[in-house]
Amino acid sequence: MIIKNKTIVADDWIVLRLNEQQSAENVTVVEGKVIVPLPVWLQQRDALQHRAEIGVWLASAERPEDLKGDIHKFSVIAVDFPKFSDGRGYSIAYNLRARLGYTGELRAIGDVLRDQLFYMQRVGFDAFATRPDRNIEDVLKGLTDFSEVYQTSFDQKLPLFRRVQRKGNPAADMVNE
Amino acid sequence: MYRYDEYDQRIVDERVKQYRDQVLRRLSGELTEEEFLPLRLQNGLYMQIHAYMLRIAVPYGLISSKQMRMFAHIARKYDRNYGHFTTRQNIQFNWLKLEDTPDILADLASVEMHAIQTSGNCVRNITSDEFAGVAQDEVVDPRPYAEILRQWSTFHPEFAYLPRKFKIAISGGKEDRAAVYAHDIGLSVTKNAQGEIGFRVLVGGGLGRTPIIGSEICEFVPWQHILTYVESILRIYNQYGRRDNKYKARIKILVKALGIDEFKRQVEADWADLKDGPGTLTSEEVNRVATFFTDPAYEKLTDHDSQLNEFRADSRSFSNWMLRNVKAHRVPGYAIVVLSLKKPGTVPGDATAEQMEAIADLAERYSFGELRITHKQNLVLADVRQKDLIRLWQEATAQELTAPNIGLLTDMISCPGAEFCTLANARSIPLAQLIAERFEDLDFQHDIGEISLNISGCVNACGQHHIGNIGITGVEKKDHDEWYQVSLGGAEGNLSSIGKIIGPSFTFNQVPEVIDRLLQVYLRERLEAESFIDTVRRIGHAPFKEHVYATDLTVTEEEIADKHVVVPAQYSVPYFSPRF
Repeated sequence: MIIKNKTIVADDWIVLRLNEQQSAENVTVVEGKVIVPLPVWLQQRDALQHRAEIGVWLASAERPEDLKGDIHKFSVIAVDFPKFSDGRGYSIAYNLRARLGYTGELRAIGDVLRDQLFYMQRVGFDAFATRPDRNIEDVLKGLTDFSEVYQTSFDQKLPLFRRVQRKGNPAADMVNE
Repeated sequence: MYRYDEYDQRIVDERVKQYRDQVLRRLSGELTEEEFLPLRLQNGLYMQIHAYMLRIAVPYGLISSKQMRMFAHIARKYDRNYGHFTTRQNIQFNWLKLEDTPDILADLASVEMHAIQTSGNCVRNITSDEFAGVAQDEVVDPRPYAEILRQWSTFHPEFAYLPRKFKIAISGGKEDRAAVYAHDIGLSVTKNAQGEIGFRVLVGGGLGRTPIIGSEICEFVPWQHILTYVESILRIYNQYGRRDNKYKARIKILVKALGIDEFKRQVEADWADLKDGPGTLTSEEVNRVATFFTDPAYEKLTDHDSQLNEFRADSRSFSNWMLRNVKAHRVPGYAIVVLSLKKPGTVPGDATAEQMEAIADLAERYSFGELRITHKQNLVLADVRQKDLIRLWQEATAQELTAPNIGLLTDMISCPGAEFCTLANARSIPLAQLIAERFEDLDFQHDIGEISLNISGCVNACGQHHIGNIGITGVEKKDHDEWYQVSLGGAEGNLSSIGKIIGPSFTFNQVPEVIDRLLQVYLRERLEAESFIDTVRRIGHAPFKEHVYATDLTVTEEEIADKHVVVPAQYSVPYFSPRF
């Protein structure tokens, strides 16, 4: 089960992670819905790009620009969070959405817990493979921790000061009159 | 000062709710300590040696008397009747229980305060000039921009898990009073030749293990673009800052590795995409926020008060206080008053609940109900009528807040040190007290004049020792003693510099004698009206070094007797201490 578009849904994608014996060049990508590591995509691009459905995932040190030109080929792009405190994935997501124009499913994988979800959805993630040892219904609540935000990001194109009429200091208004 | 509207209040209230739930999940065991750590740190909650410490944000150091009363309430109800004002213009409470912290945040939210992003690897509280809006040399009031940046950085979704903490300071005077050279981003708001407002942007300054003075990344960013420009700096840092070694993770290391020109190129390539976009600041928003920082209802007064001069002639203590603690105000008939939290024998930056209440009273009676916290851990009443100075001095003296030592030797900056902090190698506060005792004589202090003495318990430099004219750093504990390095020649302000270590380290009890010897060289070598730092710059380190190490530093027996006392009796370990 994953969280997608703010609801819990079944998921049949497989995330391929290479072990020490495997190389990006030689690993066999099984048939079906597989999310492959970026190096595997780059090495086996010619074979993989003809599949009906293929996904790719980026490690936090990898560059989304490496997918430039291929963006439309993926049914899903995932970004790995090796640990909670590694925040590079937020900028990767923002760049994929805002700079590279990716419009498909953007999935957070790895150490994905309740208290990151609000920020993740703001920078452009719409799917979350949450950590399996946690109650996914509980994790879902993280999407609604806040009902208002100040600044722009991918989800909110206008900062608060352009969206609503905010009041100045009433005392100062009186002085001006 | 700024007041919350419905949006600010809602965001802070929702934070309290979110945090309360996180604490419940921690207490129930659902969250491990490892998982809770980044959450509590985003909320200023540290686990220290004896108890939890909560750091509360005081945005750009500005607070109301009502908020000060809330600190007194928190000190009484949840702590041991005192709080500690920090070098980043915040306040810390040192003796809290985890289960009380959600209630403390709810109390704070009721007076428009919070602890959001006061620790953790995120954008910290924005600091500014403690004399903003009242300084005579002010070019542009930095406060509206500081508030706009506060809102922009609050819960920024992309920059909550940076490689390391991120500090922004902003100043608007000709003289820098916000240490902009020592911050990850230092902003000086200024005007160009056409009279347009913009920011000189410095990046990559910082203290810690690798002290570096910030480099100029842009001479003038027009005010409209400051949020997007800062966003691009943070995006480049978030992606490329080192994460493999926490001591090499600050932006200064990245800027140094790339070089300022390449760093600037990357930032401006990112920024090209944002410039003039919806994140661009509007004049409506700047004007709206500026309405909260208009002048209070000043009276039409003149600068000369004969009563004041008479009293000054009669009372030496008052005269000393006027000389050191009262600063010129841009409005005739008004003065800026610095309340000293550095009375020798007390802990630098500490205030009791009773003092906080009294300070709130003083603010209401004499300064339009507002206060500022300084980066040197003192408090400021920014708008005092000169004709009220005598009464104010008398009332503040009763609360031990008028030590006439602002900018003098005993106006020391000190971190909490090894009694509280798990990082520190050595004690800081007792050393500050020992030094204050040794140089308590006011005539001597006034003779020495302007000098800064900063103490950190370890290389992480919370006591900003690198930018003290004299800096002291706790380096290690060995042979049943604590050892300190002494550096010389650091400075903040327009002529910022990093101090250099003078030589081998000293024991706890040797430090006051070392300082005495440094001062002797200054007294011997100084030219007419030359400050300590100017003498150091003119003659260099060698004469100081030579004199300090010329003869043995003897320490008397009774001084040694005290040295194994690491935790003062009043700080006995409480039952709820997370570490015991």
